[in-house]
Amino acid sequence: MAPRRPRRAGFLAPALWIPAGIALALLALPLVALVVRAPWADLPQLLARGEVLQALALSLGTAAIATAVSLALGVPLALVLARSAEWSAVPRRLLRALVTVPLVLPPVVGGVALLLLLGRRGLVGEWLDAWFGLTIPFSTTAVVIAQVFVAMPFLVLAVEGAVRASDRRFEIAAATLGASRWTVFRRVTLPLVAPGVSAGALLCFTRALGEFGATITFAGSFPGVTQTLPIATYLELQRDPDAAIALSLVLMIVSVAVLVSLRDRWVPGLTS
Amino acid sequence: MTGPGDATGQGAATGLSDATGLSAAFTVRRGAFTLDLALDVGPGRTLALLGPNGSGKSTTIGCLAGTIAIDAGAISVAGRVLDDDASHVEVADRRIGVVFQDYLLFPHLTVRDNVAFGPRAMGLGRAGSRDVADDLLRRFGVHDLADRRPAQLSGGQAQRVALARALAVAPEVLLLDEPLSALDVEVRDDVREELASHLEQFDGITIVVTHSLEDVVALARDVVVLERGAVTQSAPVRELVRSPATPYVDRLVASWSDD
Repeated sequence: MAPRRPRRAGFLAPALWIPAGIALALLALPLVALVVRAPWADLPQLLARGEVLQALALSLGTAAIATAVSLALGVPLALVLARSAEWSAVPRRLLRALVTVPLVLPPVVGGVALLLLLGRRGLVGEWLDAWFGLTIPFSTTAVVIAQVFVAMPFLVLAVEGAVRASDRRFEIAAATLGASRWTVFRRVTLPLVAPGVSAGALLCFTRALGEFGATITFAGSFPGVTQTLPIATYLELQRDPDAAIALSLVLMIVSVAVLVSLRDRWVPGLTS
Repeated sequence: MTGPGDATGQGAATGLSDATGLSAAFTVRRGAFTLDLALDVGPGRTLALLGPNGSGKSTTIGCLAGTIAIDAGAISVAGRVLDDDASHVEVADRRIGVVFQDYLLFPHLTVRDNVAFGPRAMGLGRAGSRDVADDLLRRFGVHDLADRRPAQLSGGQAQRVALARALAVAPEVLLLDEPLSALDVEVRDDVREELASHLEQFDGITIVVTHSLEDVVALARDVVVLERGAVTQSAPVRELVRSPATPYVDRLVASWSDD
């Protein structure tokens, strides 16, 4: 192997190493504690329990549906967002703000807001109830909606970044070959941004899987219906700490697996 | 009706001045830049559009291909109006093929699927489109590369594939944007010669956009010179070489005959 020339990253004052080290410890030590204190011997029994499997299945299922919904709706939104670069400032910034707000909003607030929209007395929920007898809160549908609200922006921004980075002239080339706009989208635009789409979908899935605040506010915690893995973990912590640790381990392993599979993909800030 | 060099933007407005060729006379403004162009190309002819950087060559390609809307005038091919005051035919429906300067072969498709893209988009089935592609790749001597990705091609190979891809949909007009500028100097002469022979077999209208007099002489019979957004000379290539109308062409001819 040829020796690699070390890259110079500029000067770093020695005093900065100390806060940097503390920061790293703050990020890493809790995970170390989780791994060290995990009841490894009892893990198989703990994870094989009915409630645990139920929560795991509910979490994986709802996160998968939320990701699918986010893909179907978020990819088009990402394309509009990328195209909005040509718009005038006010609508462009408004659109970007609407997409970004759920990222910075406390999830609990998102849950309250969803209740006010879709609850039985909500802005839209009132009519859903009156006209169709539909009640969304505290159902599995509510879990999915809460997850989409919180997780879709991650997908939108990842895909938008990929669209902006791709060469739009390929679309023109496709059009000169007689391709309709839909064909251009399907056979040129989408394949060219595919790495961004799959990275965005993975981020979205992990975020949906870990969703807690909006879900418990808007969907509650009914075992088998709305009690997802993070909610079950939180509740178990009062009843059976070992079970809570086991569930935390599962969530951590899934998250790390997603991070590893993202390693070589195009996500701003995640690739080195 | 509209003679070459008539840059008034009026003659071609009927769209019937040459019912079988390409007729374009238009004005387009992009910021401070104004392009005023008039050109007529007879059926089966090859015209060179010669001009320095910033003369409006790329804008011309955009207008002809339909990606840039013209502000006044008209463009028609074989009597079919593509652009005028009342109408604009979309890029996909213009039947104007383009070989881009850097080819723009789709990086995610094989060479065969690049060439099959057009026929497929036009509604020919997968197998039929691949047959069209295979035929063309054979004709251009690059069929052995059919399963490769564009990134694995040399410049000359990529150009042949780009040409095959553009011709796969049998366009009425073929635009070549600086067809040799992306190539290394050593291979340029060979590729140019080869391109000339391929273009001879194409029976549609060809417009070669270039800043190189070598390209003009090797590939075209007629030439329109574009400088700062306006046509400064429009003549058969032989005449241009004999009597350049502007200092720009004069310099090109001088350095060309030195070689």
